[in-house]
Amino acid sequence: MKTSTTMKRNKTLKTVLALSLMATVMTSCSSDDDTPEVVNEEEIITTMTVTLTNADGTATLQSQDLDGDGPDAPVVTADNLTANTTYTGSIVLLNETETPAEDITEEVEEEADEHQFFFGLTGSLSEVTYSDEDGDGNPVGIEFELTTGDAGTGTITITLRHEPTKPNNGTLADAGGETDIAQTFTVTVE
Amino acid sequence: MKYYLCVFAIFCSTLVYAQDCNSILLGEIVDFHDNSPLSGATINITGKDYTATSKENGKFSIKQLCDGVIELEISHPECTTKFVTLTINGDTYSEIRLEHHLEELKEVKVVGDVPKNTNSGQENILSVKDIEQNSGKSLGDALKKIAGVSTLNTGGNIVKPVIQGLNGSRILILNNNVRMQDMEWGEEHAPNVDVNANQNISIIKGAAAIEYGGDAIGGVIVLEPLPIVRTDSLFGKTQLNLASNGRGGNITSSLTKSYKSGLYIKGQGSYKRLGDLEAPDYMLSNTGIKESGASLSVGKRDFIQGWEGYYSYFNSEIGILRASHIGNVDDLISAINSDVPSVVNDFTYDIDQPYQEVTHHLGKLSYYRRFEGLGKWTTQYDFQQNRRFEYDVRVGDDADKASLDLKLTTHSILTNIKFDAKQGLDFKVGALGRYQSNFANPDTGVRRLIPDYDKYDFGLFALGSYELNNDWTLDAGARYDFSRIDAKKFYRTSRWEERGYDVDFSDIILEDLDTQLLTNPVFDYHNFSGTLGFHYEINGKDHLRFNYAYAQRAPNPSELFSDGLHHSAARIELGDLRIKSETSSKFSASLERNTTKWGYTVAPFLNSINDFILVEPTGVEFTIRGAFPVWSYRQTDAVLLGVDASLYNNWSSSIRTDHKFAWVRGTDTETDTPLIHIPAANFTNSISYTNPRWNNFLISLESQYVFEQTRYPENIEVYSPEQQENVILDINTPPDAYHLLSLNTEASFTLKNTNDLTIGLSATNLLNTNYRDYLNRQRYFADDLGRNINLRLIFNY
Repeated sequence: MKTSTTMKRNKTLKTVLALSLMATVMTSCSSDDDTPEVVNEEEIITTMTVTLTNADGTATLQSQDLDGDGPDAPVVTADNLTANTTYTGSIVLLNETETPAEDITEEVEEEADEHQFFFGLTGSLSEVTYSDEDGDGNPVGIEFELTTGDAGTGTITITLRHEPTKPNNGTLADAGGETDIAQTFTVTVE
Repeated sequence: MKYYLCVFAIFCSTLVYAQDCNSILLGEIVDFHDNSPLSGATINITGKDYTATSKENGKFSIKQLCDGVIELEISHPECTTKFVTLTINGDTYSEIRLEHHLEELKEVKVVGDVPKNTNSGQENILSVKDIEQNSGKSLGDALKKIAGVSTLNTGGNIVKPVIQGLNGSRILILNNNVRMQDMEWGEEHAPNVDVNANQNISIIKGAAAIEYGGDAIGGVIVLEPLPIVRTDSLFGKTQLNLASNGRGGNITSSLTKSYKSGLYIKGQGSYKRLGDLEAPDYMLSNTGIKESGASLSVGKRDFIQGWEGYYSYFNSEIGILRASHIGNVDDLISAINSDVPSVVNDFTYDIDQPYQEVTHHLGKLSYYRRFEGLGKWTTQYDFQQNRRFEYDVRVGDDADKASLDLKLTTHSILTNIKFDAKQGLDFKVGALGRYQSNFANPDTGVRRLIPDYDKYDFGLFALGSYELNNDWTLDAGARYDFSRIDAKKFYRTSRWEERGYDVDFSDIILEDLDTQLLTNPVFDYHNFSGTLGFHYEINGKDHLRFNYAYAQRAPNPSELFSDGLHHSAARIELGDLRIKSETSSKFSASLERNTTKWGYTVAPFLNSINDFILVEPTGVEFTIRGAFPVWSYRQTDAVLLGVDASLYNNWSSSIRTDHKFAWVRGTDTETDTPLIHIPAANFTNSISYTNPRWNNFLISLESQYVFEQTRYPENIEVYSPEQQENVILDINTPPDAYHLLSLNTEASFTLKNTNDLTIGLSATNLLNTNYRDYLNRQRYFADDLGRNINLRLIFNY
């Protein structure tokens, strides 16, 4: 009888020991002071620069959002345009969180069939026509022509969609897909 | 001991049972597992002082019964007491199977399906039938059967239980006595449990069960395996479900081998596969699910001591409605204004981006030992690992890369001693130690939504219940929890300053990386909780319970650290480092009656929460991708007031109706405005017909009416770049009320053993009604599920 009680006691002791061992292992595991690796977002587009050229010179529209989805709103600038003129336009996309800045336009060109820029115009801006096309003959919009109307103000909303329906009727609703960029510029036409 | 008392009371009572009724019940009591007759069982008719005892061959008879429904209480020295409802229709024969209960006599309480985690709390139990009916669904869907429980959904497959208006970290899920640590903080993070793994499910509304944790302001869900019998037996159960909506199904199977010595081994496995779900008018593209689970337990239980080893694995891959992945606030506006989702494809079983994949491992070792004249000591170690991947729609080289990759590892040790040597007084003290570590994989190439952290918890509790006399039981408890969270988090410098952290937290910066800051927030929380209540049994028929629970909950990592664009929700979520613990004071009461003829429960509650943590839309932030709604966490004082009520009536021996109603009102008392995401009132009525003579045939029709939530926070005004003006973002407006019908029918058949095969057919949303639910995060994008016809086969062997 005595032996069995002692054995039982031993068993209990062993369980307690096993558990305290586990506790030790547990706490020793916990003391890691590893500094986590910083993540610099790769796909992010921080800057869109639209260069508009005509015989007289160059005008630039730019949207720059260096903190990505951080609290700071994009810094939007737009040069004045000349009335009743056709500009040759081109778009450059950059990721300026990296040094040197990464050119995202190249990625869009490579996957041109999965991307398209859309242009929404109001006021003194009258027309945009696409000057480039993807492998399937559908427009991309990295290169385009913008025609201005009479003097006044107008807006141009440039939207980049990836994986849109192609071909589409030129509207965002018909194109679907995911929005990479959606930026409106208010422009003075003089 | 209670058992003896009960039997003693039955023998003492000598009352002549005389009524002008002539039916005879001939019964046979057999062992559930080997069908051997059980002699010496005591059969008592509830509400009548008549007792019979089963003979050597297990048989007994009761004469002079009236036709109708009776309830029998059957007790046997080696079995759990069982309550059986029988229909007497002329001379009736019935076989009653009793389960040899593993736990020895002193542990067997003379109760039926009565939950027993608390005496005074509002507690409900889910029947095995309910679990079987919901085998192909989620835990949240199964729990909806209980009045006062609703769900917060992200589509049809990601379902979080909501108890009396509260969800997420405020609900503690206890899986086989292990507190689930599965990133319950996210609104699109469903509990990682297989509803088929544990067939004993009960729910405690509120923080009354402080043994399990002091922070369960919403409630506790207790999932336990059915007790294993202490006899030489081998038995199993397999259930197959086929569903029309999703064009798939699930299979679950369990096998248990037990020995007289108390040794047992039990294995269980489940697999589920559904393709795209369907709304009445269109496919809900990319809403398929693949889920598998397995568990194994080995143990030995006897009176003096016992041990158990348990391991469970759960993996789910859940598609997220393709149309719910949106780009910016304009996409959200057009989604809200459109009746049809923006992406509707043909049916497929494929699960594409966006989707989530979660794996949960849970291991447990437990041991108990009883000390004569003192009580029972229990100790347990458990390990959990939760790995979560969220895949978003990405392009280029990152297309197949996860956007979120978190690994949460938790170790816990708990121990408690229950002093129950003194009749009528139970007293329990216990302690808990826990270490948790979260690792956010930087390989995603996306800034971490939840940072790396270590968390340490330590808890102490004491609770007791005292039976004042036969009618009154008092219970009380107190608990202290210490919690430390030690995180390493990167903040964007612009965000750091915008939040004003540069003023309040400048001392926690470890490194300045120009555009980002590495910080080391370390926060300690000291939380207290306590509960006090009584249970008063009135005339043995009615029960009055009252409970007061005081509980404190430390903020979760999401509430503290969220910062950035949650791609899958297209919203910027902002936590706050200044958030402190929230404190709840909840008064709850319930009045219940359970008789064979009819019964009811009325359970009102008042939950006053100081520093209530909530997340709600607060505005928009602009990025080059457009404007995104910002959801910010904030603290306020809140009051939740509500009532859960249920009623049943047996109109005849075969027709029964059930009625349930739940209502809750949540108010932000600082601003006197409604709280966000409070479930709408709902009213459920069902009628069922059963006929035991037609193979236990059952048919029931259920009507569920969900009211429109009329109390919600104001919508926000946002600037729409597309429309070039400020517009109202209709993000808080709840959808209309809706009414759904469902039908369920089943029958049992005998292949080898009595009623070993059950076949059931059910249909939910019978009329294929179009509806949207306020607590479904995908209500902006698509209608809820259409009709689903479900066939189930349950085979016991």
